[in-house]
Amino acid sequence: MKGYILKRLLSLIPVLLVVAVVVFLLMHITPGDPAAVILGPEASPAEVAELREELGLNKPPIEQFVSWFGNVLQGDFGTSIFMKQPVSQAFFEHLGPTLSLAIMAQVLAIVVAIPLGVLAAKFRGSILDQTFMGISLLGISVPSFLLGLFLILLVGVELKWLPVAGYKSIDAGLLNHIKYLILPAIALGSMQAALIARMTRSSMLDVLNANYIKTARSKGVKETIIVIKHTLRNAFIPILTIIGQTFGTLVAGAAVVETVFNIPGIGQLIINSVERRDFAVIQGSVLLIAVSYVLINLVIDLLYGVIDPRVRLGRK
Amino acid sequence: MRGDTMTELLLEVKNLKVHFETENGTVTAVDDVSFSVKRGETVGVVGESGCGKSVTAESILRLLNEKHTNYEGNILFEEKDILKLSYSELQKVRGNDISMIFQDPMSSLNPVYTVGNQIVEALLLHQNLTKKEAESKAVEMLKLTGIPLPEKRVNEYPHELSGGMRQRVMIAMALSCKPKLLIADEPTTALDVTTQSQILDLINELKDEFNMGTIMITHDLGVVAEVCTKVVVMYLGQVIEEASVESIFSSPLHPYTQGLLKSIPQIEGPRDEKLYVIEGKVPTLTQIPKGCRFAPRCEFATEICRDKMPQLESYENDLKVRCWHFKDIQEKRGGMNGSRNESQTVNS
Ligand SMILES: Nc1ncnc2c1ncn2[C@@H]1O[C@H](COP(=O)(O)OP(=O)(O)OP(=O)(O)O)[C@@H](O)[C@H]1O
Ligand code: SF4
Ligand SMILES: [Mg+2]
Repeated sequence: MKGYILKRLLSLIPVLLVVAVVVFLLMHITPGDPAAVILGPEASPAEVAELREELGLNKPPIEQFVSWFGNVLQGDFGTSIFMKQPVSQAFFEHLGPTLSLAIMAQVLAIVVAIPLGVLAAKFRGSILDQTFMGISLLGISVPSFLLGLFLILLVGVELKWLPVAGYKSIDAGLLNHIKYLILPAIALGSMQAALIARMTRSSMLDVLNANYIKTARSKGVKETIIVIKHTLRNAFIPILTIIGQTFGTLVAGAAVVETVFNIPGIGQLIINSVERRDFAVIQGSVLLIAVSYVLINLVIDLLYGVIDPRVRLGRK
Repeated sequence: MRGDTMTELLLEVKNLKVHFETENGTVTAVDDVSFSVKRGETVGVVGESGCGKSVTAESILRLLNEKHTNYEGNILFEEKDILKLSYSELQKVRGNDISMIFQDPMSSLNPVYTVGNQIVEALLLHQNLTKKEAESKAVEMLKLTGIPLPEKRVNEYPHELSGGMRQRVMIAMALSCKPKLLIADEPTTALDVTTQSQILDLINELKDEFNMGTIMITHDLGVVAEVCTKVVVMYLGQVIEEASVESIFSSPLHPYTQGLLKSIPQIEGPRDEKLYVIEGKVPTLTQIPKGCRFAPRCEFATEICRDKMPQLESYENDLKVRCWHFKDIQEKRGGMNGSRNESQTVNS
């Protein structure tokens, strides 16, 4: 098990390298001289040239890349020229809100979607099933920013039940923290919920047809126990996969929702940094996001083993 | 006390019809099936693939999806009609009075729970036991089925066991509550030959020990010869012959049964002899012949066969057959049959 985790962590390095190359290239292809942007339109060419020198922008790109990536491997992601602080510090400061939002959206999606998917499968073909699946189709097709704007207008502005926008850290009290996150989490998690509900339904339908379900029925097991004990646990394996695969999309989608709800998360950090041509922050953040993807997937893979004994023992 | 006499009726299936609603209309997979099982008796149900053996078996426990299934007729278990039981009454019968073993041991156990957990579940459902007691009973049942190291196996997952062992687990689970009737749906088909006969011996032994009525579904007449007292032969959803094991093997009445018997490979016979196969294919459920269902493949078929469906009629004491001409055929085959039997006794 330890060996397995170590192997997975080592596999991070090539992933990092590829992501680093791509981000680096993108930065250098996009027009706009960072030095000029930082200094503003009034700066003289001499000042710009001086800053370019200071930032190392005059060196050949290969050299720039090697020195940057070398530092990254040692845990140094560079310093933001604009914010005057280390990139990793800026990143982790903005990570809190994003993580809170993503986790809340994910939890909300799971808590709503799995029971709905289970019921839809159990009562396949009924009005209930058709209604749930209709709603889930809507959930997949409505973009999160649109849903977010709609929620702001309806719940925030019209009904005044919840704050319109903004963010309160957990230090301001858990309830307060959650109150600000509910609407953005719904906007962000609805597509996730729709996907999970559909996967739950189809996976449950598969398992309900399995021979061991017939065996359980032939023993006299009650139908609710059949669904919860015998079916759901088996059906959970593909559900977990889809949760894992889409958690990445969720984090990416968070950037959009953060903008709509004015939440100071990673999304905002990156968008602001792009506007300011703050190369170090963009490159560092994207890399750190890639690392978190790999780590999340590792956790999901380890969870398979908890649910399915075949995976557990196969890895010994 | 139960089952003092062999003559006591345990299960009586009367004119059972099973209709499935499918996308292409209704199909009748089981059409007028009747047979009975006495306490302690083993009844074989044989027939080609698709003739409705499993549908019949699963009807007895009402395991078919009832949203798309309609039953007609009666399934009397200890004189109560299973088809009329409420859902909660049915759950008390399942696994307690009537148990079932399925064809594929590889997929019949839940992969995410230990075998012990799955046996204990049945025990806790039907017997007044504490969890502890149920756990030791599970080990006891596993030991009874001849699994080595039952104390260890009880904590293992299905995928850690071989097919034969899984089938033993299924048997342990099915018998844990001492059912009065065991339905075994091709319990050995998925196993290798040695394991097959071990499992059959085991079922046979335990059946005597528990005085259990047994329905042994199979397409293997060898299995029938080994464990059954009575045989029901099915063809395309109908019973076409019912007889004791002795008379099925010595003087089969229905042309289909005769064909089935001729198609068993004879180990002792001459090697170059070609294996007999019944000609033609089984029609599908959507194109059932109007007269005798076997007519398109029957060498004795006449006008009446193609026109009118024969009924299952009693003959002599214990025999039943569904064929217009079985008496004529019997006479015609008389001499040939005798010599065949003779050669078999010489060989064996
Ligand atoms: N749910 C269903 N809906 C429609 N048709 C069905 C359904 N279940 C079974 N059948 C049909 O009923 C017929 C009998 O099937 P059954 O499984 O009883 O055959 P069998 O005798 O057990 O065959 P085998 O030896 O292959 O197990 C088949 O033609 C099958 O296609
Ligand atoms: S009724 Fe006719 S067709 Fe059918 S089995 Fe008998 S002889 Fe053959
Ligand atoms: Mg079958």
